[in-house]
Amino acid sequence: MYQDVILDHYKHPHGRGLRDGQAEVHHVNPTCGDEITLRVRMDGTVIGDVSYKSQGCSISQASASVLNDLLVGKDVGEAQKIQETFLELMQSKGQIEPDDAMEEVLEDAVAFAGVSKYPARVKCALLSWMAWKDATAQALSGAAGK
Amino acid sequence: MTSASTGLVLPGLLDTETIRKDFPVLDRLVHDDRKLVYLDNAATSQKPRQVLDAVNAYYERHNANVHRGVHVLAEEATALYEGARDKVAAFINAPSRDEVIFTKNASESLNLVANMLGWADEPYRVDRDTEIVITEMEHHSNIVPWQLLSQRTGAKLKWFGLTDDGRLDLSDIEQVITEKTKIVSFVLVSNILGTVNPVEAIVRRAQDVGALVLIDASQAAPHMVLDVQALGADFVAFTGHKMLGPTGIGVLWGRQELLEDLPPFLGGGEMIETVSMHSSTYAPAPHKFEAGTPPIAQAVGLGAAVDYLTAIGMENIAAHEHAITEYAVRRLLEVPTLQIVGPATGEDRGAAISFTLGDIHPHDVGQVLDEQGIAVRVGHHCARPVCLRYGIPATTRASFYLYSTPAEVDALVEGLEQVRNFFG
Repeated sequence: MYQDVILDHYKHPHGRGLRDGQAEVHHVNPTCGDEITLRVRMDGTVIGDVSYKSQGCSISQASASVLNDLLVGKDVGEAQKIQETFLELMQSKGQIEPDDAMEEVLEDAVAFAGVSKYPARVKCALLSWMAWKDATAQALSGAAGK
Repeated sequence: MTSASTGLVLPGLLDTETIRKDFPVLDRLVHDDRKLVYLDNAATSQKPRQVLDAVNAYYERHNANVHRGVHVLAEEATALYEGARDKVAAFINAPSRDEVIFTKNASESLNLVANMLGWADEPYRVDRDTEIVITEMEHHSNIVPWQLLSQRTGAKLKWFGLTDDGRLDLSDIEQVITEKTKIVSFVLVSNILGTVNPVEAIVRRAQDVGALVLIDASQAAPHMVLDVQALGADFVAFTGHKMLGPTGIGVLWGRQELLEDLPPFLGGGEMIETVSMHSSTYAPAPHKFEAGTPPIAQAVGLGAAVDYLTAIGMENIAAHEHAITEYAVRRLLEVPTLQIVGPATGEDRGAAISFTLGDIHPHDVGQVLDEQGIAVRVGHHCARPVCLRYGIPATTRASFYLYSTPAEVDALVEGLEQVRNFFG
C-alpha cells in the first residue's frame, strides 16, 4: 500500500499552501478527522492553480500532492477525465490492475491502486479529489454568472 | 508468572497461557503468516469458547420467546434469560435483580435515562430551569443524549474540563454542580485517556445538591470489581461486548424507587400490565423498560461471560491489567517522539493507552502496525472533545485485557519502531 511514490509525495508535497483562486472549499473526513481547504484558480478553461492546506494521514497528503501535479495546466475537460479515472481506480476494491492506458492518464496516481483494497482508506485518497471537483464546479459556475 | 518470549516477571499476572486457550480467535494468523496481537479491547473484547458455546446451546436446544409460552422451550428460554439477569445482578452487587434492565448496549442505557428524565414528573424532571452536568472526557454516547435533552427541554448543559495530565478538573466542582443540577452523568474509566475518575467526590457533591448520578461503566465493568452499592450512584450503564459477551446486549442498573417512579422509554409488548385502546398500565421494573422481544441469546451469552469473569476473579483481572499497563506505559515512554495522551503512569488508570507518535498520523501508525498483525484503534475514539482539548486530530490507542501478555507489549513497541523507520 505504501508505495515509494506515495511516501515521496507525503514527505515532499507539491503545490502545498493557499494561493489566489476563484473558489475555495473545505472538506473533512469525519471518520478520521482529515481536513483540507482547497482553492482553484481557472485561467479561462485551463486549471491555472490548485492550492491547498491540509491535515491528515500520508495517503490523503500524498494524494493532494499528486492531484496538484496532474491537474494544474490541464484543460478542465481533460482534468475531469483524469478525476473520473482516479475515482474509478479507487472504487475498484483492488480489482483493477492499472494498464498502460490508465498509467498514461494517471501517472504517479496509479501508485494508489493498492489503497483501493482498504475500504477505510479510500476516503483518505479521495478527499482532495472530491474537494477539487467541488471547487472547480464552483469556480466554473461563478465564471458563468459573471 | 513469566512471559514465555521475554522471560519477564511481573507481579500479579494471570496464567495467560491457559486463558488464551479459551479464545479461539487469538490463535489466528493475519496477513498470511502474522500472529494476531489484539490490542483493541476497549473497542470490543474477544469471546471465550464458554460464551460461544452458551449462545450456540441456547439456539440449538432452548430457543423460544420469553415470558409468553407455556411450553417447555418457552419456560427454558425464560429461565435462561432471567438467570442471566441474576448473574449480572450478583456481578455488580445489585440489591435487587429487578434493578437490572437489559438494553441493546450502553448507548441505549444512557439514552434511556436521558429520555426518562425529560419526560419525568417532579422532582426528577429536567426542564429549562435546571442543569445537566457531564465531563469533557465522555464518549459521544454520554454527550449527545444530553445535548438532545438540553435542546428539547432548554436545560443548561455544563461540564467538567480536563487537566493537562488527563484527569478531571474538579477545582470548580461547586460552580459546576449546583442546586439547579438535576443529573450528573460521567464516565468511570475513560475510553480514550484511560483515566479512572474519582467517583466519591462527584457523588458526594451531587447528593449534597439533590442531583441524580449516572455512571458510564462501559470501560470499568470488564476490568475491575463493579459494586453499584459502593459507587453510590443512582444509575450505572455498561455494555456486554466489551466484557467477553456478545454484541447487542447492554445493561442499565437503577435504584428501585427511581425505576418505579420514572416513566417508560420505549412502549410495546412485555412492558405492559393491561392495555386498552385508550390507555395502558405498565409492568413493574425491569420489564417496564424492556419493550418487545429482548436480546435473549445475547443475554444468555452475557451470563456466561459473567460466569467466566467471576471464576477468574475481577480482583485478579484488575491486578493483571495493572501490571500490564504499568509495563506498557514504561515501554511506550521509551519510544522516541511518543507522547501518551492521558495519565503517563499506571496509577488510577485503566488498560487503554492513547498516544501520538511525532507527526506521524495515527492512520498510518495503525496501518503499518496492522501489516505486522497488531490490531490497535486509531481516530478520535468517539471522544472528539478530548482530541480538541489536547489540540490533536486523533490518537493511536492500544488497550489490553485479561489475555494480554508482556510479549504483546513488546510486539507493539517493536512495531512502533518499524513505523518510525518507515515514515521517519
